[in-house]
Amino acid sequence: MARNKGRSNPEINSSSMADIAFLLLIFFLVTTTIANDRGLSLQLPPNPEDIENIDIKIPERNLFKIQVNSADKLLVEGDPLENVSEIRGMIKEFVMNNGRDPESSDTPKEAIVSLKTDRGTSQEKFIEVLDQIQGAYYDMYAERIGVTNKRWRDIASDLTDPDNKRLYDEGRGLKDGSLEFPMNLSIAEPTKIGG
Amino acid sequence: MSKFKKKANTKQDIPTSALPDIIFMLLFFFMVTTVLREVTINVKQRIPDATQLRKLQRKSLVSYLYIGEPKKTDQWGSEPRVQANDVFIEPKDVILWVTAEKDKLNEVERDQITIAMKVDREAKRGLVADCELELRKANARKLLYTTIQELDE
Repeated sequence: MARNKGRSNPEINSSSMADIAFLLLIFFLVTTTIANDRGLSLQLPPNPEDIENIDIKIPERNLFKIQVNSADKLLVEGDPLENVSEIRGMIKEFVMNNGRDPESSDTPKEAIVSLKTDRGTSQEKFIEVLDQIQGAYYDMYAERIGVTNKRWRDIASDLTDPDNKRLYDEGRGLKDGSLEFPMNLSIAEPTKIGG
Repeated sequence: MSKFKKKANTKQDIPTSALPDIIFMLLFFFMVTTVLREVTINVKQRIPDATQLRKLQRKSLVSYLYIGEPKKTDQWGSEPRVQANDVFIEPKDVILWVTAEKDKLNEVERDQITIAMKVDREAKRGLVADCELELRKANARKLLYTTIQELDE
């Protein structure tokens, strides 16, 4: 007790600690940009000038046609469709047909999904349709290796991991350098009809 | 007891009245020095929603194209435009831009360049498709449409 003689309690005023904390908080809030490197991934076809102009006849049954006009209205296999989310099921049925229905695809390998838009189609509608098509394929791939759709997309995003690469190849049926279950998505050049 | 109390009448509080000034000084310092974004986006960016998102692994290989209606419509008009870096470009200039972006990368990685397109939902397909055609010509064929995760029902 005697040692405290002549001293009052030395205490640092900490009432402004809150201000400092708020300041830091605001600073980080402002500077942090939320990583937004996620989206629909797509591989473009090669340069049109490099492709030899060969007319390849694709049987009608192997084509799944989706057309979108400038008013964002859909035409799927020749019939108007209101609900975009129905496409997902239709594509799965079409690809997995394996020659049963003579109107539908022969094998998954030959099945082609064709998406044609107009120059006036909004990007929003295009993304919506593309999302359904990719969703259908990812669902089928995921099912083939027995994982969830989300897990499949994680696998496909990171192929540096050998395990992921193996599962990825298995899902897409890679055999002797060719895919048995490719995602044949043809995005045609937009038409100029609709104004 | 009174013996101890006697000497304790000097104030020992640290004056804190200057603290806010110090804090403000720090704040301004950081505000001035921090680079928030590399480019100022001059086009409207209402990014569409989607469910089947995939993540990009290597951020260094990604270059961004922004497409949408200009924010300053009185200066640039209301027709959607393509923005690369800080300037508006025409679709035919995309090849040059891709070449410039590829030059920034290591030689071995040049073919792996990924173009992330940040397209406004109101933008028309015609303009986007024109850019895609140029990308094909420039041999930058990995494409990503940036979208926001939509919640599954």
